[in-house]
Amino acid sequence: MNALRDKNAGVSIVLCGQAGQGIQTVEKLLTSILKASGWNVFATKEYMSRIRGGTNSTLIRAGAGPVRSFINRIDVLAALDKSAGGHLAKRISPHTLIMGEKEVLEGFGDKGSFFEAGFSQAAKDLGGKVYANTVAVGALLRLLGIPAEKGKEPLEKFFAGKSDEIIEKNQQALKKGFEMAEKPAEDFGAGLKLSGEPDVQGKMLVNGAQAVGLGALAGGCNFISSYPMSPSTAVLAFLAQQGGQFGLLAEQAEDEIAAVNMAIGAWYAGARAMITTSGGGFALMGEGVSLAGMMESPLVMHAAQRPGPATGLPTRTEQGDLELALYSGHGEFPRIILAPGTLSEAFSLAKKAFNLADKYQVPVIILTDQYFMDSYYNTETFSLDGLDNSPHITETDKDYLRYRLTENGISPRGVPGFGDGLVCQDSDEHDEQGRITEDLELRVKMNDKRLKKLEAAKADYVQPSLEGAEDYENLIICWGSNYNIVKEAIELSERGDTAMLHFSQVYPTPEDALAAIKKAKKTAVLENNATGQFAKLLKLQLDFEPDEKILKYDGLPFAADTLSEKINEMF
Amino acid sequence: MSAEKFDMGNIDIAWCPGCGNFSILDVLKDALSELEIAPKDLVLVSGIGQAAKIPHYLKTNFFNGLHGRALSPATAIKASNPSLTVIAESGDGDMYGEGGNHFIHTIRRNPNITNIVHDNMVYGLTKGQASPTSRRGFKTGVQINGVVLEPFNPLAVAIGLDAGFVARTSITDKELTKDIIKQAVEHNGYALVDLLQPCPSFNKVNNYKWFKENTYRLEDSHDPSDRDKAFSLACKKDKLPMGVLYKSQEKPSFEENISAGPEPLYENRLDTDKLDSLIQSFA
Repeated sequence: MNALRDKNAGVSIVLCGQAGQGIQTVEKLLTSILKASGWNVFATKEYMSRIRGGTNSTLIRAGAGPVRSFINRIDVLAALDKSAGGHLAKRISPHTLIMGEKEVLEGFGDKGSFFEAGFSQAAKDLGGKVYANTVAVGALLRLLGIPAEKGKEPLEKFFAGKSDEIIEKNQQALKKGFEMAEKPAEDFGAGLKLSGEPDVQGKMLVNGAQAVGLGALAGGCNFISSYPMSPSTAVLAFLAQQGGQFGLLAEQAEDEIAAVNMAIGAWYAGARAMITTSGGGFALMGEGVSLAGMMESPLVMHAAQRPGPATGLPTRTEQGDLELALYSGHGEFPRIILAPGTLSEAFSLAKKAFNLADKYQVPVIILTDQYFMDSYYNTETFSLDGLDNSPHITETDKDYLRYRLTENGISPRGVPGFGDGLVCQDSDEHDEQGRITEDLELRVKMNDKRLKKLEAAKADYVQPSLEGAEDYENLIICWGSNYNIVKEAIELSERGDTAMLHFSQVYPTPEDALAAIKKAKKTAVLENNATGQFAKLLKLQLDFEPDEKILKYDGLPFAADTLSEKINEMF
Repeated sequence: MSAEKFDMGNIDIAWCPGCGNFSILDVLKDALSELEIAPKDLVLVSGIGQAAKIPHYLKTNFFNGLHGRALSPATAIKASNPSLTVIAESGDGDMYGEGGNHFIHTIRRNPNITNIVHDNMVYGLTKGQASPTSRRGFKTGVQINGVVLEPFNPLAVAIGLDAGFVARTSITDKELTKDIIKQAVEHNGYALVDLLQPCPSFNKVNNYKWFKENTYRLEDSHDPSDRDKAFSLACKKDKLPMGVLYKSQEKPSFEENISAGPEPLYENRLDTDKLDSLIQSFA
């Protein structure tokens, strides 16, 4: 069986083993070598909620053209643990080349093709089992037909800071693995051929968490307060690490309630603040969302979704918290919900979130998910061209009124200490100055004023994007992290009659989208949840109901290849 | 500076006649004016409850937020603009009950804010239930057989966590209260003022007479740097000592510990060159 022959269009490699076995080392090293060799790369992982042990897997895709989504197909499986066979049983086909140590391969029966590799012995010969992962990287390079020399520089970069001896041993380990795979590579017809030398070296390789973090910095974020919660913590860690050079203050709060109240306090004093959390933490922040609504405080909230209810599946993915974001907080007040589909959009929307929050003085919620946080691929370098972070704060005079009734509902926002006025913000219903009132006529005026801001915010709607066939009959509507998956699924289905409409602003829902939807003969809404939350929102906002719903809620993302089969069945 | 600077003029005040809050409001204005703090440079942060209404009756910047949450925004406000004087002021239910977790962690964080807690040992806004500091045996409509829980001891908790400034006073002693508030505001770091106060409507036990009979001023010879002594004083149950029980200036404040610097964050402008090179580092 020639597992890798004719895979010029791209190859899918899966690493599977226990947490702590070094899968991440192989992943980082291999993707950096692949990218340095001119290949487009994508990687994503699924993992158990434990620090050591369990069975986790990472998918790495390399292609001549862009590769940006999860697929089920496995071309090469690097099995580091016996449990890999059972864990990935459904994804292994006769075309899968499985490489691993002898006793690991025994767990696979006779599915797939096998390459018995003595990584451990080779590592021991070099002086320690720590080198086994680099040996595996060397073997993978040979299977992919990438010269061993291509690994030299990325390896030096990866182990920078370690001793010369360690770097040298790793170079040897890489070479050893490369030689080890010589025969299997010939037997299996391995090797990729680059078609058209893609120019990927200069492009960025980032993951979802980094894209959101960089976008926040670009949006002028200078304060983050959060309580750690998977899968959102990476954003807190990223900003904490980069914070020093940008004058950004990062504080790990004692709980989510403190975190959100701190963020609102920071905005009050003139900071640009955000929180990052997941569903369970967001649930605790509900009172803060409501406070921001009443105080008309800007607030940027990032929620990386994972399956609930309650603690749910802490390390898995889902789009189950749209309704939580939509209805969190009591009372009636406006908010904006964004859901980036691509990494560059995560950057641009995180940046935009700060300006929207500041301009309209409302909470802006960015919804991502575990799949989005943990996935990375090479993409166009984020640009700061045209960046406009003009602050929407005003220097106050002594007659300043924090909640002045205005035509569009937006009152000039002052901050204490900037100007001669006093800035009074209250969680009670208040008068124009900000002081408690039980004047019920004024209550109606203030409520109307707050709600009016949503009308004004229409000027800044993020319009949905249409991808695929221009003259489409079938339309798949999706939101958030499904952008690349649905896009690739439609491409793989080779249907000239199917397109995708992707929403990056889910609430308020851009009304213009209805024209694109009505053009289709058959429609389906696709989302990672069990009840079709976005479909319900579309009914509510646009009075539209799809013909079909494609829903998945087993904790894993959609796979572009199986979805393409589904498209062909459905339409 | 005259205390009139903080006057709201002829306004409707929602406190009951005879409420201790009226005197606290007067003393606070006096203390702030003697410290020569301008209303525009002061932020009063409060939660929910009768005491939490105090910012509405004082001419200054304020953030009257949610129940139990005064300390979180107060910490962030001070960190975001260290030139502001920040006072978090609310009642015993707000600070010690609903906000108990924040009370503990704010002490650990040590922001340079003053925390004044109006402690009347009862819930006034919800009309007379037990508060965390209600004495055992105190009967209410909910605690019908009397409170059975041990009262929360804010001073012992604060000294246990090594807060840098821990004081108790009672509004029955206005002179002492003003002096302690002034010292607390001038302290660099978190300063707790547990301020005893009668509630004539809902606490018929701990009234003016009770506070006068059950408190005493610490003697001038008390050494506030002696933490062990302060702790044992905080644990006294029969007669309550008033004054600065513990004072230490050894620990840096939260703002000194963090990297944001002395400039207010509203003046912080993004360094696009730095961000551009950070972005380039991902290539």
